[in-house]
Amino acid sequence: MDGLVMKAGGWLGLALLALAMAVMAVDTPYAVHMTIMMIAALLALWFTMSRADYGAIARGILRAPAHQGEYDDDPIRWGVIATLFWGTAGLAAGLFIALQLAYPALNFNLEFTTFGRLRPLHTSAVIFAFGGNALIATSFYVVQRTCRARLAFPSMARFVFWGYQLFIVLAATGYLMGVTEAKEYAEPEWYVDLWLTIVWLAYLAVFVGTIVKRREPHIYVANWFYLSFIITIAMLHVVNNLSLPATIFGSKSYAAFAGVQDALTQWWYGHNAVGFFLTAGFLAMMYYFVPKQAERPVYSYRLSIIHFWSLIFLYIWAGPHHLHYTALPDWAQTLGMVFSIMLWMPSWGGMINGLMTLNGAWDKIRTDPIIRMMVMALAFYGMSTFEGPMMSIKSVNSLSHYTDWTIGHVHSGALGWNGMITFACMYYLVPRLWGRQRLYSLRMVNWHFWLASAGIVFYAASMWVAGIMQGLMWREYGADGYLVYSFVETVAAMHPMYLMRAFGGLLYLSGFIIMIVNVWATLAGKVRDEKPMTETPHNAAADRPLVAVPAE
Amino acid sequence: MTYDDLRHFADSWGLLAMTVLFIGLIAWPFRKGARQHNHDAANMIFREDDNV
Repeated sequence: MDGLVMKAGGWLGLALLALAMAVMAVDTPYAVHMTIMMIAALLALWFTMSRADYGAIARGILRAPAHQGEYDDDPIRWGVIATLFWGTAGLAAGLFIALQLAYPALNFNLEFTTFGRLRPLHTSAVIFAFGGNALIATSFYVVQRTCRARLAFPSMARFVFWGYQLFIVLAATGYLMGVTEAKEYAEPEWYVDLWLTIVWLAYLAVFVGTIVKRREPHIYVANWFYLSFIITIAMLHVVNNLSLPATIFGSKSYAAFAGVQDALTQWWYGHNAVGFFLTAGFLAMMYYFVPKQAERPVYSYRLSIIHFWSLIFLYIWAGPHHLHYTALPDWAQTLGMVFSIMLWMPSWGGMINGLMTLNGAWDKIRTDPIIRMMVMALAFYGMSTFEGPMMSIKSVNSLSHYTDWTIGHVHSGALGWNGMITFACMYYLVPRLWGRQRLYSLRMVNWHFWLASAGIVFYAASMWVAGIMQGLMWREYGADGYLVYSFVETVAAMHPMYLMRAFGGLLYLSGFIIMIVNVWATLAGKVRDEKPMTETPHNAAADRPLVAVPAE
Repeated sequence: MTYDDLRHFADSWGLLAMTVLFIGLIAWPFRKGARQHNHDAANMIFREDDNV
């Protein structure tokens, strides 16, 4: 009872504090955000006070099986739903801003819907909301299975999930209202950063706590990748967001660093967000779910350890390649380039390790669309980690930087690697988490696979052409020594490619919507009556003994 | 400690320590007797699989 009073009092105190901050606010977005915080705290208070049986409520909403089995899977079920929900929002926002680039009228002449505000909404929604929820959900799933232990601190695990959703809501509404630190992929302002720090440390505590109470002597390699992702993101987030608020009652802050130091800190953060959020975290998924789906152990456990330590030691130095030909000292640019090129080795080692896990079971690509997605994800992991180091070479970068080639590169990684591996993991998890015999439809997974793949091809190919054309037009000098093209001419020339890109995005989103329908039907307990992906042929006429025929 | 001291430390002893640590960690799975351990670790996710 004392515990309940303390908890309820804590939430009430937080709600009152948020209310006071909202009243004292010096700008509207801050007041809105503090009101959201207050509502969240009151909701938490209500749940605490009513002593509701969360489990029963969640099972009712999510149609989870009554028998929960051994592991603590509720936050994982919520995470799967959240991944799909934010994925829809993020992909739709991406398609919309792609169309805005082709048809600027879609900015609607309204501050809330301008490209500048919707673009961080798109990037944060797909990376942090879609990807982040997938990482939290799968990490909780994998760490329990590989440690053979239930989650440590179950109530903290629930706080991590809901606290992270609050972070997403604050970040997204902030972008629409124009609140930004103007740091790419680190746009949220100081108070949202503080909230995320609290949530992230709770995440670390749950994850490490579960590893500490494990019943297995060895810590499986996927957990190494998850742990490095959690720790590194904490470090990057705290250092890059060191800033001084103009007032604690307002949403504006100033970075602790200035000039080129600020730029280097930002890209140390920015590139390692790619390296540890979008690479290490998703590799953790790969090292658990690919072997599980293929039903055979990882090709080389030794190689996975080498892969891990090489990524850890090399990735952290690659950030300066975002600042070629800037005020950053030349040696630092070269350092970033050299480390980026060295990353070829662990990246390809990891890709080979994942693909060769299928050695001897390659036929599964034909029969199992989930394996097919995993293989496509690994292929794109390999392709984009080849392309990235190549683009970090200074002479290549002088052509590619600031062009749409970079956008194409990012999306071949994000749509191909992160998207595909996440879809595959969600398809793996859904029947298991909800106790269904199988997915509603495997053929729909196949449709999703082909729509997504075709979408990526349209996206990447059009952006390669657009980017290289743009780079060449920018650097084209005439005989008289003047630039041949004005900026707006390059924009006009890219219009057809922008349309193709938007079409690719439409295909990718269509595939995702098929996934939503499939998962929805699986949760509802339906099984589609369909032709299986493979059939072993049986010729009844030939299935008989040979009878000796007398010679004529 | 000035910036200058720090960078000289970083490109001498710091660099050496990181390199040695890295090589040590890479060499670790190649130690004698690691083969069986790696094999067990790779297969642990399939043991007594009763969670589905």
